[in-house]
Amino acid sequence: MSATKAVVYALLVAAAMVMLTPMVWLLAASLKGPDDLFSYLFFAPTLSGYNFRQLFTEIPFLRFLMNSLFVTGVTVLVQLIFASMGGFALAKYEFRGKKPIMVLMLATMTIPAQVLMAPMYELIYRFGLVDTYMGLIIPSAVSVFGMFLFRQSLLELPDDLLQAARIDGCSELRLYWTVVLPVARPMIGAFCLISFMASWNSFLWPQIILQTQERFTLTIGLNQMVGLYSQEYGALMAGTLLAVMPVMLLFFLLQREFISGLTAGAVKG
Amino acid sequence: MRAGELKSAVFRLQHRYAPYVFVAPFVLVFFIFMLYPLVNSLILAFYVTSGPKSQVFVGFANFVFLLQDPDFHTAIHNTVIYASCSVFLQLPLSLGLAMLLNQARLRGRNFFRLGFFSPNLVGQVFVAVLFSVIFIPKFGLLNRVLHALFEIPIDTKWLGSPELVMPALVLTSLWMYVGFNMIYFLAALQTIDVQLYEAADVDGASPWQKFLHVTVPGIRPVAVFVIVLSTIGSFQLFELPYVMLESTAGPDNAGLTIVMYLYQNGWILGDLGFASAIGWMLTLGVFVISLVQMGLTGSWKTDA
Repeated sequence: MSATKAVVYALLVAAAMVMLTPMVWLLAASLKGPDDLFSYLFFAPTLSGYNFRQLFTEIPFLRFLMNSLFVTGVTVLVQLIFASMGGFALAKYEFRGKKPIMVLMLATMTIPAQVLMAPMYELIYRFGLVDTYMGLIIPSAVSVFGMFLFRQSLLELPDDLLQAARIDGCSELRLYWTVVLPVARPMIGAFCLISFMASWNSFLWPQIILQTQERFTLTIGLNQMVGLYSQEYGALMAGTLLAVMPVMLLFFLLQREFISGLTAGAVKG
Repeated sequence: MRAGELKSAVFRLQHRYAPYVFVAPFVLVFFIFMLYPLVNSLILAFYVTSGPKSQVFVGFANFVFLLQDPDFHTAIHNTVIYASCSVFLQLPLSLGLAMLLNQARLRGRNFFRLGFFSPNLVGQVFVAVLFSVIFIPKFGLLNRVLHALFEIPIDTKWLGSPELVMPALVLTSLWMYVGFNMIYFLAALQTIDVQLYEAADVDGASPWQKFLHVTVPGIRPVAVFVIVLSTIGSFQLFELPYVMLESTAGPDNAGLTIVMYLYQNGWILGDLGFASAIGWMLTLGVFVISLVQMGLTGSWKTDA
């Protein structure tokens, strides 16, 4: 191994250690008992489930987790259906109003989301949806980004394939279900991951909308804990660890789906 | 009409109206929850409101007040410093890591790439919670490491002293985003033709000359994209300081950002009109800066 190569590896290993240390520390802090919390820098000699017990008995953490799962699950599903249908229509049909819609959507993509928050809150207030799950889900039901993602990938779908299915008597809705969705599978995997992360990690809008603790999502619940539990941070770290797990899990699951989906061509010739 | 004809008429109709049905749900929500609020926020910006109920027209008074408010100046100051650190500190590091990973015949490239990228899977709020504990005086990871290595006082209050809040935020965002931007740079580096480097070697170019005349032109489009994107992202900074500073702006407003200022005015003080005005100032600022950045980076093209 040449000297440059050795330097490259040394730098990379050093960088990787810096990047991974906070994660390892998070894991270690979650597994420390109350007496070991301040005595060991990383792992204590005996691992303890104390923090996790605290989390589920002293704090409505399970409730936060369920709320996050519900809100994120519904948001991802609705976004996926709306965006893939819309993207299909924009990619494979000619219809009136198509151009203006696309221009409007592109224009809104350039504007920071925070501009919309005040009037959106007013609207949600008028609909009586403040402090409800619906107030979280409805405004984020459309993903302009997602729609362009699906439009872009479906542009390459051959018209012959659609036409052949139509001649066989396939209705447009079945076409969407049996031809378009399978072809778009790699895109669906990627989109679900992005959409899940955005919804799971969202904070400002839930912070504005939610008021009752039993409706709090994980981000809101954990932020509340920061003030209350800063002295005994073991539970806080355990909560953070659990909150991060679903995204990590989904990433490793969908990474494979994403790659295998890319390589499996649905149409040949 | 025979059954067959009716069936084919229905088939034609459903074909004709299908696209409208497909875009309808999207367009409906888009109009009500994006386009309408967008137009409404332009109007709202000229009103003083108290919660969603009472509104008084005040003309440009919101904007006039905004430009004179020392808190807004602090917010801009903090946000600009943070954004500058993103562009001038974080992006060069991202590029450096990408160049290390782009070395020929490197073992474990995928492991490193995934390792560097993984902090980005943790949302800003969760990163903020984790780092709020890492920055704790006496027992926090950072102070214990820095104390052991450089004898920095173990009770350094990162989040409690005005001059250390911004370094703490920048450090946290470095951890979170270095690997994310590295992915873009690495993808760009991989598109550069290796023969260009070989030709430069034949001409006896120094590593610096190769970087300047082969690497930089090769990654320019992606670099501009990353610079503009991370500036826009930096200007929307909110979660990191808000959660790390326990729902405050920090000592002496050291962690006050533009979006935090917007949130405080809109929802702690309840003036949605003023919040809209802040939102439009943010939009204008981001727009102008993006244009300037694209102009500046485009001008490199002529001297290269």
